[in-house]
Amino acid sequence: MRTGVARSGALSKEELEKHKVYPEQERLRRGPVAIIECIQEIPCDPCVYSCPQNAISLETLSALPKLDSEKCIGCALCVPSCPGLAIFIVDLTYSKEEALVHLPHEFLPVPKVGEAVDAVDREGRLRAQGKVLKVRADPKTDRTTVLTIAVPKHLALEVRGIRRRSR
Amino acid sequence: MEGDLIEETDLAIVGAGPAGLAASVETAKAGARTALIDENNRPGGQLFKQIHKFFGAKEHYAGVRGHDIGERLLAETRERGVQVHLDTVAFGLYDRTIGLMADQKTASLRAKRIILATGASENPLVFPGWTLPGVMGAGALQTMMNIHRVLPGRTVLMVGSGNVGLIVSYQLLQAGAEVAAVVEALPKIGGYGVHAAKIRRAGVPIMTSHTVAKAEGKARVKNVTICEIDERWRPINGSEQVLDVDLVCIAVGMAPLSELAWMAGCRFIYLTQLGGFVPMHNQEMETTISGLYVAGDLAGVEEASTAMEEGRLAGISASQSLGLVPEDAAQKSKQDIANRLLQLRGGPFGEGRLQAKELLTQAWIQR
Amino acid sequence: MRVSQKNAHVFEVLQMSRIVEHPILEKLPERKRVLISVDGRTIEAFEGEPIVAALIAAGIHICRITKKRNEPRGLFCAIGRCTDCMMTVNGVPNVRTCITPVEENMKIETQFGLGQWREIS
Repeated sequence: MRTGVARSGALSKEELEKHKVYPEQERLRRGPVAIIECIQEIPCDPCVYSCPQNAISLETLSALPKLDSEKCIGCALCVPSCPGLAIFIVDLTYSKEEALVHLPHEFLPVPKVGEAVDAVDREGRLRAQGKVLKVRADPKTDRTTVLTIAVPKHLALEVRGIRRRSR
Repeated sequence: MEGDLIEETDLAIVGAGPAGLAASVETAKAGARTALIDENNRPGGQLFKQIHKFFGAKEHYAGVRGHDIGERLLAETRERGVQVHLDTVAFGLYDRTIGLMADQKTASLRAKRIILATGASENPLVFPGWTLPGVMGAGALQTMMNIHRVLPGRTVLMVGSGNVGLIVSYQLLQAGAEVAAVVEALPKIGGYGVHAAKIRRAGVPIMTSHTVAKAEGKARVKNVTICEIDERWRPINGSEQVLDVDLVCIAVGMAPLSELAWMAGCRFIYLTQLGGFVPMHNQEMETTISGLYVAGDLAGVEEASTAMEEGRLAGISASQSLGLVPEDAAQKSKQDIANRLLQLRGGPFGEGRLQAKELLTQAWIQR
Repeated sequence: MRVSQKNAHVFEVLQMSRIVEHPILEKLPERKRVLISVDGRTIEAFEGEPIVAALIAAGIHICRITKKRNEPRGLFCAIGRCTDCMMTVNGVPNVRTCITPVEENMKIETQFGLGQWREIS
């Protein structure tokens, strides 16, 4: 089977479930929350230090990060801290039809607020048109831009990037 | 070159990459006269090409981009007054004397202790068309893109899905090129899933159990033929695909650059997990030649983070052997470093390297 | 950047392979632009960059042609070890262009086989 992150580079549904990457539905419906798509044991810990709520913990340097979704307020400070660019924030409460996804972006061009973008999933497939609501790029993010895009709500757990455009 | 060629010193370190730089900070801290030698016109080794944020422990540079780590290390060496000799080739190692060449002149440098931190070089991959302009090593491409800011091609085939292949593919996208595909001979991706995920969602296909069959073109690469391979590495008929690319990047592993260690008469051990022939060394990073130490990729191909730790270790051990560091302080520092190395070699990606380093220790004891 | 009229079209080629904007890399400090010749053709380069980088920026990928089979060779290792990038520079053959810095008015020639020592006029 060619699915799964070690075979294809894209996390499979099974992996997402097995590692409980998504918080409980109840928490997802309450407000923005972090989704840490890190399922391989690699010595790495910057995410732990990035969280002002201490919502992320690690048993050992190589252990998988654990998110306390009750402590998490979805502030997105962890998003640019992850060297693997594997953390996203999802906000299902944005509106009736749409959700917000905050994701890391390290390409040019950097989209502008208000722009329409092609929202893609973990396999790079186009899933929807998204609208850029916020672009965060300050010295603290060390050149990892954090984009906030609005996408159809049912795709909030799928959209993980935007298509690059020629520059 | 910052200093004139000198004749004699306490500590000579060959290679000013992460291992050599880290070693020089320790030896200078201990008060040893330290000469740091590098054949390039800038120090830092591979560090300055690494524009991604590093993994590992935050207290040891995790989350910081490679070239920023390089800047910090460099600043430390300057603060400590380490003499750096750039554009200086160490062409030979003869019984505590290093043959040096700079500016078309040669000199010998006699040192009480020598640390070799010469790194590793890329393995080639031979296939029809591999000699065409446009086929190059991943390191070469990284140097051109990230240091010299030129792009040798617009559409790339990446061969190899270890961390180097995945990271350089990502850097190609950042530089404005397109990666037509990453091919990987093994049935699974060699590098971290998160590195693979970054390029997958950017639209780059990663094809496991695939390899490059040939590259074609007249003056330079115009296209490549890739194909699927079976569990015995044989091409599967009918699986060939032609991709229009103008750049083929080879990222199929690295091997220690060990000529100086061979010359010095070190004993070697062959460890696949560490890149091939590695100079035998103990927990102090000392080789079978007394007073000669190794650190970094030369001591086994790993990562920049382990290179820095091994450099520190070799630097402390060498300084201690010169009586420049009190025993207690040395033991404590070395133990701390050993613990950090153990952590850095944790998890499934470190397992092979950890086992190999343990085999090395066994072999040392039984030598 | 100001560029003289006669080199303007060359500059277009120069720009295409040069990475000017980058999401992570800082802009390089100002470098001195010089003219060098490659097989008689004048190109712009930055003083101090490796010769082969200037060639690649100008769209030149062949460094030498092999003796036996007349095959093209270009950049491969970029660390001065494989000899694929060797060219004749200012009359001197077998110069490793991946580690040799550009100097103003350098005369660079595609090398055939092992090259020849000769005076340049």
